[in-house]
Amino acid sequence: MANVLAVAETRGGELRKVALEAVTAARALADSAGGEVHALVFGPPGMAAKVEPLAQHGADTVIVCEHAAYDKADAESMAATIAARAGSGYAVILLSASAQGRDLAPRVAAKINAPLLSDALTVALSGAALVVTHPTYTAKLVATLKATGTPVVVSVRPNAVTPVVRAKALRAETIAPATDPAASRVKVTALVVGTGAKLDLGDAPVVISGGRGLKAAENFKLVEDLADAFGNAAVGATRAVTDDGWRPHSDQIGQTGRLVSPDLYVAVGISGAIQHLAGMRTSKTIVAINKDAEAPIFKVADYGIVGDALEIVPVLTAAVREARKSH
Amino acid sequence: MKIAVCIKRVPDMESRFKVAANGTSIDETGLKFDLSDFDAYAVEVALQINEKAGSGETTVICLGPDVVQETIRKALSMGADRGVQLKADRVPADSLAIARALAAELKDGGYELILFGKHSLDAMTGGGGPMTAELLGLPCLTAASKLEFAGGKAVARRELEGAAELLEFPLPAVVTIDEGIARPRYPSLKGIMAAKKKPLDVRPAQLGEVRVTVEKMELPAERPAGRIIGTGPDAVPELVRLLQTEAKVL
Repeated sequence: MANVLAVAETRGGELRKVALEAVTAARALADSAGGEVHALVFGPPGMAAKVEPLAQHGADTVIVCEHAAYDKADAESMAATIAARAGSGYAVILLSASAQGRDLAPRVAAKINAPLLSDALTVALSGAALVVTHPTYTAKLVATLKATGTPVVVSVRPNAVTPVVRAKALRAETIAPATDPAASRVKVTALVVGTGAKLDLGDAPVVISGGRGLKAAENFKLVEDLADAFGNAAVGATRAVTDDGWRPHSDQIGQTGRLVSPDLYVAVGISGAIQHLAGMRTSKTIVAINKDAEAPIFKVADYGIVGDALEIVPVLTAAVREARKSH
Repeated sequence: MKIAVCIKRVPDMESRFKVAANGTSIDETGLKFDLSDFDAYAVEVALQINEKAGSGETTVICLGPDVVQETIRKALSMGADRGVQLKADRVPADSLAIARALAAELKDGGYELILFGKHSLDAMTGGGGPMTAELLGLPCLTAASKLEFAGGKAVARRELEGAAELLEFPLPAVVTIDEGIARPRYPSLKGIMAAKKKPLDVRPAQLGEVRVTVEKMELPAERPAGRIIGTGPDAVPELVRLLQTEAKVL
């Protein structure tokens, strides 16, 4: 039997989509080994009333750790609480490879002296070992990694797993933080929400990115309009554009920026420098709109249109709006 | 401030990579190597802190075989004061083993600040920093995009998905560095000459048990060759049709 402890991420007292992905990934692992999924969720008072979706996605037990401090993250006490719970016979401790999960997973692994597998695309049990695939060398290569030991800590890349409903009756349990958040040395003094974007680049099923081919910062409006037409899209940018201050650094997709793999990636006025491809080459479908037919972006694009982005994008925006209306 | 920066030597990511004959690593023949991007930011941050203070010492620590001395010299030529090589035949895939070796080196060093890049460009795990912090019992902050000091306290910002956190923490601490915080300088000729005379100690890496191994290294499945479907706004209807019927994303 191999039980899996899945850490279900929240922000501001709400479950994030990655929480459902984590529970789904944990459910598949536990099923393959005849174990249970226990989802651990941190949140402010009132959180326990919002954890039903975790049971719906296959958590046998939901462990709720409420504290007033958990409307923001408190990595020290959260890591201590996960580590304390990890001691009760789990084969795998599974987190999301989000900003928060990438921070927590190594802390937990070090606390319980467990091997860590980071940022997995796929996760599987192989006997007593955990095997994952993980993008390496700026996603130009994929490594298959194996960790031996019990438990193993693993983080799963956002969007690599599609949440699957596997309804269970909600069985909830509450626990207190293993250490007092007030005693944590690193304090989150403020959570700055919203750079204006409704959807995050990592969560969005559709990403529309703009590059130098847009010619001026104000033309990013066209990219935003297209994102708006899709309704489920976030806006990204190339490094050239963020370095020039057209967009904030946090919007940069590429080797040193965000790594995304949405269902649809639309590259607008992007030539496709290797550093940019590193951040988006795992997208399921890629569309490129660029003036230069020889641009490397067309080598990875499923569908390319050659031409001036400033002329093509407004037409595409209108067509997407029309297509979505007829649904 | 007495600062340590943990750095890594990685191949130039613009290279065309090949899998080595063993099937578990890359073929390093003909590749150029350099300091990993985020680590270069971390070195720059350390140098700027000490330049601003007008005092302090920056030590760079790199784990690996003797070729990493080149990478250490690069950081020394940027302005770091001394280097330490934690000698190992190869860098293991087990972040905890790496963190153990780093923690053993850092433990009695009296460092007020220990910096890492947020992750290396080859292994891309980001585990080393927070694990080292845990092993040393130090506060840790990952992926800082801003870092300032006032009255023995540090204030930082880190980017989340669609949000950011502002944080405050005491020193000594471990901080991993994100992009955008500082632009790494190029070594000057004077810096390169000076680096040759700076101390570089070599000690064995105390890795302990390695429990994570690379089973296979592969090139990702090739994307089907790109397809240009048309030119100008006239191609839009065909694109929308393909997105609806073939890709099924609209």
